Amino acid sequence: MRDRAPVWKSIIGVLLGLVIVFPVLYALSISLMPESFIATYPPKILPSAPTLENYAKALKTAPMLRFVLNSGIVAVSIMGVQVLTSSLAAYAFVNFEFRGKGLLFGAVLATMMIPGEAILISNYLTVASARLLDSYWGLILPYGASAMGVFLMRQQFLTVPREFREAATMDGCTDWRFFWRILMPVSMPAISALAVYCFINTWNQYMWPLLITSSVTMRTVQIGISMLSFSDGMAYGVIMAGFMLILLPSLVIFILGQQKMVSGLMAGSVKG
Amino acid sequence: MRDPVVRAAELAPVGARRRRMAPYLFLLPVMVFLIAFYYYPFVKTIVTSFTVTDAAGQFKKVVGFRNFLMIFKRKDFLPILGNTLRFVPMIALPTLLLGLLLALFANKRAPGVSRLTETMFSMPMAIASASAALVWSLIYNPVVGVANYLLGLQINWLTDDRFAMLSVAIVTVWLQTGSNFIFLLTALRGVPQDLMESAMIDGAGGLRKFFHITLPMISPTLFFVIFLDIMGSFQAFGQIRILTQGGPGIATHVLVYDIYLEAFMNYRFGTACAESLILFAMMLMVTLIQFRFENKGVHYA
Repeated sequence: MRDRAPVWKSIIGVLLGLVIVFPVLYALSISLMPESFIATYPPKILPSAPTLENYAKALKTAPMLRFVLNSGIVAVSIMGVQVLTSSLAAYAFVNFEFRGKGLLFGAVLATMMIPGEAILISNYLTVASARLLDSYWGLILPYGASAMGVFLMRQQFLTVPREFREAATMDGCTDWRFFWRILMPVSMPAISALAVYCFINTWNQYMWPLLITSSVTMRTVQIGISMLSFSDGMAYGVIMAGFMLILLPSLVIFILGQQKMVSGLMAGSVKG
Repeated sequence: MRDPVVRAAELAPVGARRRRMAPYLFLLPVMVFLIAFYYYPFVKTIVTSFTVTDAAGQFKKVVGFRNFLMIFKRKDFLPILGNTLRFVPMIALPTLLLGLLLALFANKRAPGVSRLTETMFSMPMAIASASAALVWSLIYNPVVGVANYLLGLQINWLTDDRFAMLSVAIVTVWLQTGSNFIFLLTALRGVPQDLMESAMIDGAGGLRKFFHITLPMISPTLFFVIFLDIMGSFQAFGQIRILTQGGPGIATHVLVYDIYLEAFMNYRFGTACAESLILFAMMLMVTLIQFRFENKGVHYA
């Protein structure tokens, strides 16, 4: 009896999972069908003769690989900068008592409340006046810090026993050294969690790159894929091929990082 | 009278003074970014909402509250507000419920496949609203899409005003459930096992354990997740722009979409900024209500 229940549970779990990821499997399946096959009724779920022609067409219609490279550069940069700025700030909030601490922490968290649309226009003008339109800098700099990052790293640092720092200080270790040599290495799970979170968020950005990039060579993936949908009317096969191409990098990062993200969040939630 | 803290810093040796400065130095990078790209533009948005600008967003003249008055005079503004408010529970409730059910299901690891199921349950997290909308536009397609085919229905999902909002909400729930699942799963696994065991010894049943131990223990995470869901529903944009463009009529026209139209289609930055302040005020109000609720209902270990 005890053995049978979990097996059923595993099967139900996988079936539920398949329902949830169905749209992605469906997109994959459609991307492998010739256009003439997609347009027939009743709708087809599986291709009869899989073909890669939609992928070839997607790569030919728009410089998809260039979009992937652009998004990769921007996502990795934002990831690095945010991990650094968030960790430094979180260190101040966890390991120091100072005047204005509560106020500053509130000021950081309050930025979560500002809707992106409320600052988009002004940020556009800032970036334009700094002559950074249509550049990597313009894509990266506005996302150099996030409240979510500070919050996540703070939760992580709170779980590191106080004795660590006390012992390090006794040995004459400076804050700077302690931060780099001890705190950051023991916080790797949370750092990976934040890194994965940052990468995927940036990869999936739509509005900001749409506004500030203008040349095709500076476009990022989410804008690139909409180029496919406007170039050829209702060419669903090509669009789904493009979708699969740009989903792949973020999916790989997500699958590799998912478990780290869970343990990173776990570390943060132990001491909420 | 000088401040005692400042005086102590002046008298202290160099090392101590440096330590007093240290936290501010650690905070400096974050503050520079947040001030330059959050606070400064936000203040600028407030200022702009009282002005009229040219098509490039450059200041033309101060008009006081005229932008706000014009917004409230528009006939379609109240329906748009209504859509925005209706959208929030339509997304936040199912997202939370599904996320919690999936997390409860995955909490006790099933043999062999728990990693696989966890990854599948949370996968939509990794997908952008813009590209997800492209896939769902195919699913919803009344002729070649599978939604009607699999459900045996004949519905114009995106062009019938009875279903358009629901269709957009389904996509949004699909996109957001994954993060709820992950957050709640980690919270559930953080509930001390001995607490559950001692409850079992006391003879507490499944439901009793859930309401008296599990729910209170994960309430901080629930609170956080509800906050994320509400903010997410207020700000849904990519899926609306791609799936329905606010239509049919104004059935899925929400405040964020209107801000986008005002600013980037009509080039009326003044009214767009005024609208984004109205959106901000709505989000702030919901958050304040939620924080009052937190003081009563959330249990912190």
